[in-house]
Amino acid sequence: MSHSKLDLLQGTLDLMVLQTLAAMGSMHGYGIARRIEQVSGDAVLLNQGTIYASLVRLQQRGWISAEWGTSSNNRRAKFYSITKRGRKQLSEDAAYWQRLTGVMGRVLALQEGAGDE
Amino acid sequence: MDWLRQFLQRFYSFFRSAQLDRELEAEMSAHLQFATEENLQRGMSLAEARRQALVQFGGPQQSKEQHREARGFPFLESLLQDLRFALRVLRKSPGFTAVAILTLMLGIGVNTALFTIVHGVLLNPLPFPRPDLLVSLWEENVIDAFAYNPVSGGVFADWQKEARSFEQMALIGEDTANLSGDGGALPESIGIRQCSYNLFLLLGVQPARGRFFTQEDDRPGAMPTTVLTNGLWKRRYGSDPSIVGNTILLDGQKFAVIGVLPKWFDYPDKRVQLWVPVRLVVSETDMQNRGNHRFFVTARLKDGISVAQASSELDEIQERNHAQFPNELMGKNARALLLSENLVRDVKQSLYLLMGAVLCVLLIACLNVANLLMARATARRREIAVRSALGGSRWRIVQEQVTESLLLTLAGGAFGAFLAWITLRWLLSLQENLPRADSIHVDGTALGFTLAVTVFCGVFAGLLPAVAATRNELFGSLKEDSRTTSGGRSRARLRKVLLTAEVALSVVLLIGGGLLLRSFTQLRSVNLGCRTDKVLTMGFTLPESRYATEVRRAEFFAELLRRARAVPGVSHASIVSVLPGAGHFVDNTFDIEGAPPLAPGQFRNAVIRGADPDYFVAMHIPLKRGRIYSEADHRAVDDNGMVITESMAKEFFPGENPIGKRLAIDWERKPRFEIVGVVGDVLSKLDSPPEPTLYLPLNSGRLEYGSLVVMTDSGHDVTALALPLQKQIAAIDPDLAVSDVLTMGERIGNSTEPAKFDAVLVLLFAVLGLVLAAVGLYGLLSYLVTERTNEIGLRMALGAQRFEVTRMLLLEGLQPTATGLALGVFGGGICAQLIRGLLFGVRPLEVSIFAAVAMVVLMVAGAACAYPAWRAARVDPMTALRYE
Repeated sequence: MSHSKLDLLQGTLDLMVLQTLAAMGSMHGYGIARRIEQVSGDAVLLNQGTIYASLVRLQQRGWISAEWGTSSNNRRAKFYSITKRGRKQLSEDAAYWQRLTGVMGRVLALQEGAGDE
Repeated sequence: MDWLRQFLQRFYSFFRSAQLDRELEAEMSAHLQFATEENLQRGMSLAEARRQALVQFGGPQQSKEQHREARGFPFLESLLQDLRFALRVLRKSPGFTAVAILTLMLGIGVNTALFTIVHGVLLNPLPFPRPDLLVSLWEENVIDAFAYNPVSGGVFADWQKEARSFEQMALIGEDTANLSGDGGALPESIGIRQCSYNLFLLLGVQPARGRFFTQEDDRPGAMPTTVLTNGLWKRRYGSDPSIVGNTILLDGQKFAVIGVLPKWFDYPDKRVQLWVPVRLVVSETDMQNRGNHRFFVTARLKDGISVAQASSELDEIQERNHAQFPNELMGKNARALLLSENLVRDVKQSLYLLMGAVLCVLLIACLNVANLLMARATARRREIAVRSALGGSRWRIVQEQVTESLLLTLAGGAFGAFLAWITLRWLLSLQENLPRADSIHVDGTALGFTLAVTVFCGVFAGLLPAVAATRNELFGSLKEDSRTTSGGRSRARLRKVLLTAEVALSVVLLIGGGLLLRSFTQLRSVNLGCRTDKVLTMGFTLPESRYATEVRRAEFFAELLRRARAVPGVSHASIVSVLPGAGHFVDNTFDIEGAPPLAPGQFRNAVIRGADPDYFVAMHIPLKRGRIYSEADHRAVDDNGMVITESMAKEFFPGENPIGKRLAIDWERKPRFEIVGVVGDVLSKLDSPPEPTLYLPLNSGRLEYGSLVVMTDSGHDVTALALPLQKQIAAIDPDLAVSDVLTMGERIGNSTEPAKFDAVLVLLFAVLGLVLAAVGLYGLLSYLVTERTNEIGLRMALGAQRFEVTRMLLLEGLQPTATGLALGVFGGGICAQLIRGLLFGVRPLEVSIFAAVAMVVLMVAGAACAYPAWRAARVDPMTALRYE
């Protein structure tokens, strides 16, 4: 639980949560955490507890909303769903990430090429 | 808008903390349930399913903490928490809290008070436009090279003609006058100043009423005009606006009041009551005379010219003119000094000394509080270790301690501000002649200073123990059980370092205070060379308008002496121009008949006094040789006898008999006065060696001012003579005012007041510092004894004697004392060199004082350590070994 790892994940985790909710509709905290783990192929070593800080952050920004409901196995849980503002934010952030990863990929490739010559 | 929304959300969350926590709790338990169920479906046992769920979740406490941080104001929350905690802790130990707050109150209070004075006097700019261009100009004394000699009218005229650095220059001359003649108010002797008409213009002052002088007013034969200070206007004329345009009587002469100065104007000091144009009252010959040094020059630099440039230009001019007129009594050098610097020339060193002393006190106070906090941190070290182990961040723990110490210092600062206010009033009442005292106020800057000092103390005193407490000690403290014998050693070491610093600072203060006190007592015990007990003095000035001739003045003197001697209780009455110890005042050049002429630029010069012949007997000034000049006729104005002092005989007639020599004094072409006797030396200043002095008969000395001195026999109270004597003076001349009715003892007391002020304050601070250090020492040793009860018990069980235990602990306590003492003596030696200008009759490295300080410190430290050490020896080995 070193701080550097959490800091690194922070922005990313918010984006993952938004995307998950956009794709899957209304979900509770555990569901979101599991979903992210599954999609990442357990590559993200997530302390599931950290998801709640991310959720409250997104909620305060008005990107997701929450309400108490009942799960499929009849348990009370808080269900989160993405809002209109959240979708807008998601498309912006996703585009940004894609651009960034694209640029990063090109830059890294360039450096390897330069090293070979 | 996003930040606003978030802020509101956080704000909302902040106040719904409890409910949000409950919701989070429910959400998290649901989460764990989901996870456990899923794990069960995968075929795990219930226990394993639970465990895995928890592992996947991570630390629930940390998650909660993260949640809170994300939703509210984490900083504010922890601050509130810390505050609550600190308040609780402080309430639980009222003794500690009281000592800490008291300590800080003292440190912060005296600092604020001193800073307020330093700020008002030294740092505040003068209340004139562009004060950075205002300078004071000085001529160097040609005889003793004293750098700040008043300027003569002729030299001023030279400067005004030749110097290019200045926009304008103005003259100020000092005088006193009898103010009288307005509707039955008593006559009074007031301090007045003569100035050239452009002075107020140069300073940039506007009149509060009426107008200031013009060139028309400032010439010989102009209609007499005067400008009143606001203080005089209010005091004597009840702020009556109709006084402008009316006339008042100065020395019996009518002066038209043309204006009143603004209230804040107290330049050059607040004793000045009114101003008159200089050329109106000083003759044109005097204004051209290069040898009569009587004026103070204030000037305004041209913008862009530095003080140094102006100073060197002035110096060149002076050097040139000195070479051109070698026989004029004028300085070879001259200088310009910033006006603000000039005003505080005499008090600067003393103020910086006191500021340094109070900073030492503050530092000691801080160290002491740090020490106390450290003791407390020690008691709580296991709690801190446990918290660190449970994930409390180090920063958080440090923050908590700093909060606590800030709380203490803020309380100390609040009380300190109040103390500062009281201290300030006390200090100002002690030091009445402080220049610019009117600009001293507890204002925003002073309070800002208090706050800054407070926060500094809080952070300093809190950070030190906090950092020490959290440093790498996690495992050490956890492992450390109650049976340890070496526990807290490193912390005790840090406390010893703090104490060493405290002791060292106290020693520096004690040495400074000791040296200053010795200077003061030396000054007080200086033998003036004359009688000082049962002597009453009062000053007077004979206005020229009514006492224009020597005969007229001689009549007054004779009448005054006759009446004074007739007052019951008076054993002697005499008149002298300047009293012993009252200052240098006036000197003149002279030639000795028959002596070879001096080289150009060389002068024979002596302090000059007028006295009636009875003065020497009355004041117990011994006659060493010859006789006193004649007593035959008090009204005679042609007595040519003269008496000189021993130091004058030694300087000008070495190995010769001076009796019978004839002298021509300054204003005379032909030798007139003949030396008839030699008397003992009298000091004109307490802290200077005797100056060669000559006494002229009262009536021959061109004397228009003087002091009446009366003595009484034992059994009488000399102060009781004041009123009857003043009545006698009023009977001779009802318009003549009397000033400074004081006994000789009071005069000496007044002149040593600044020295006393410094000595008393520094010593006071030193004692304060020493007490604080002693308290710290006592605390440290008590702590060590408690800490080592176990070890002591063990030692005693193994056969150690009680006295050995006592000695061991005493040495433990005296070790920081000894180190601090050594450092303090070293530092004190350096400080003594820095303040040598304030010392009199004592060498900066006076061994006896250093030794006395060392003795006192060792004794106080010994006393502080004695009780804990004694208690250690009373430890019962059996109880100690069982002690947890």
